[in-house]
Amino acid sequence: MSVHQVTLVEAVRLAALQEMRRDPTVWVMGEDVARGGLYGQYKDFLPEFGAERVVSTPISESTIMGAGLGAALVGTRPIIEMRIFDFVMCAMDELVNQIAKIRYMFGGQARPSVVVRMPHGIWRNSAAQHSQMLESWFVHLPGVIVVTPSTPADAAGLLVSAIRSDDPVLFFDPKNLFPVTGDVASVIEPIPFGKARLAREGRDLTIVSWSAIMPAVEQAAATLAAEGIAADVIDLRTLWPWDQAAVCASVEKTGRLLVVQEAVSVAGFGAEVVSTVVETLGPARVKAASRLGAPRIPIPFSPPLEDAVKVTPAKIVAAAKAAMA
Amino acid sequence: MEPTHNIRRLMDLYRTMSRIRAFETAALNAHKEGVVPGPLHVSIGQEGVAAGVCLNLTTEDRITSNHRGHGHALAKGAGVQGMMRELFGREGGHCRGKGGSMHIADFSVGMLGANGVVSGGIPIAVGAAQGLKMMRSSAIAVCFFGDGAINRGPFLEGLNWAALYNLPVLFICEDNGVSAFTATDTVTAGPGVIARAESLGVPGVTVDGNDALAVDEAAGRLVAEVRGGKGPRLLHAKTFRITGHTSTDAAAWRDPADVAAAKARDPIDRLGVLLAERGVATADLDALRLSAFEEMEAAVTDAKAAPWPDEAIAYEDVQDVGAVRFSGVSA
Repeated sequence: MSVHQVTLVEAVRLAALQEMRRDPTVWVMGEDVARGGLYGQYKDFLPEFGAERVVSTPISESTIMGAGLGAALVGTRPIIEMRIFDFVMCAMDELVNQIAKIRYMFGGQARPSVVVRMPHGIWRNSAAQHSQMLESWFVHLPGVIVVTPSTPADAAGLLVSAIRSDDPVLFFDPKNLFPVTGDVASVIEPIPFGKARLAREGRDLTIVSWSAIMPAVEQAAATLAAEGIAADVIDLRTLWPWDQAAVCASVEKTGRLLVVQEAVSVAGFGAEVVSTVVETLGPARVKAASRLGAPRIPIPFSPPLEDAVKVTPAKIVAAAKAAMA
Repeated sequence: MEPTHNIRRLMDLYRTMSRIRAFETAALNAHKEGVVPGPLHVSIGQEGVAAGVCLNLTTEDRITSNHRGHGHALAKGAGVQGMMRELFGREGGHCRGKGGSMHIADFSVGMLGANGVVSGGIPIAVGAAQGLKMMRSSAIAVCFFGDGAINRGPFLEGLNWAALYNLPVLFICEDNGVSAFTATDTVTAGPGVIARAESLGVPGVTVDGNDALAVDEAAGRLVAEVRGGKGPRLLHAKTFRITGHTSTDAAAWRDPADVAAAKARDPIDRLGVLLAERGVATADLDALRLSAFEEMEAAVTDAKAAPWPDEAIAYEDVQDVGAVRFSGVSA
């Protein structure tokens, strides 16, 4: 199987392309998708699949989400493109009250097999309504899978799994990482949900993270290594289900845990990771457990203000050293 | 009289309405008795709409409904035992006791579910129509909602969407004049649902929803147009909710004159008069109503005797991957 280096946005484009060629019931709907999508993630889909399977929609988020559900109930498998994550707030009834609950409420009669794609994260100077990271909200929501990849290969493999899943999948494209390159196989194999990726191996400290902040975490880990602190760096890849076994095994080895998230720290997923690890291993086996995330403020516009609230490699290094103290 | 309306068809309408009335009356009584838990939204007085529309549908056609959906489900052919057991929260309910009255669904007959959110079924019906069209199905989608729903965004979005993609969907605005406890015309600007639909390119027809024959005729024409690929249509059926918003609302806030007028226009009684004029014996009509009553009483007896669902069922039908019982314990 050949492997080639592509950007993350090209990797997810190839994954969706592969699945639409494989399964004629898969289709994509959302604003501007017929012209390739906002980021080019559906580039050249229209000529190959036609306007019936590549549907540019009105700016009607409620109906983009709700119609995707209805189309799934009659046997198709829609990819619902939200353009950017922040716009899902206009479709919360359809997502939270309908998609997440319909299988359960109807006693298993409904299978809402949809993928909801929501490119999220800080987008340079795009301010508070285009830069949110609220993935933890959806981990709290029974009925859905939450996917948060950070590399081209993981994004591609997880998107294949998402499209083939009968469960509704919330796929958080890391939009700031779309230009990042990496190796992707010519035939993209599905990556199972709930399996973390060990990005770096160490013995002193476990750093857990996901999505767009991962490059900063890896940069920080390299700095720490140069100073004699070797960290296990775990990219969770999916937040629900998440790889509790891998994280616990790592902390059992290192005894120290730091969770890094781009999102607001308060009540974020980091708290869930820390709590689960301490509950599972017992407090005696965890010498340090902490989390680093954004302050509880909206993302500001001005470059120096935005920089001030971002989690950076320097802040991660400092938090890691505090955990080692 | 339209030639299509032979006695058999009129009797079908009469039977369906009688079964809906009997089902909801039995359910209301059981609720008063304390054996049906939770809120119950009944459609007593509105049966002509469900019966008249669904008589024109096939099993393959899909419907979405709202919180007042027993009639839609029964008229579409949903199994009575599964419905009644669901209302009782018992084993063998269509939704395994996890939905109740507000979430009745029977996918085996194309009933894609009632909905606890006003206008919630509109985008779903539109999407079902889009999927059916994509798969070259001859089936159509039919979407029941109330007059309150036309003030929500999904109504505007959904009708625009359906017209834009020329989808096989029939919208039914079942207009009982009240948005929960508030007269809809006191909270609605402009000339109403038909004007709104037509502004979006969806042709609409208004009909007396308490005249089941008129509903049947109008729905028959619109279903044929929708099935024939002419795009979405809207049927505005004016009716009256004789009972309160929920089972616990005695509707004492109503003007008694309005309720009396509505009872005089009861859709079942009106069709009964018509049938009698057409030579059907009153005894035959009484027998039909009695049979509906007995069917629903038997369903109540069955539901009362049915076992409660096993606790394990609470943890099923969540998701294939990642359902959890209590903190940290996998399902």
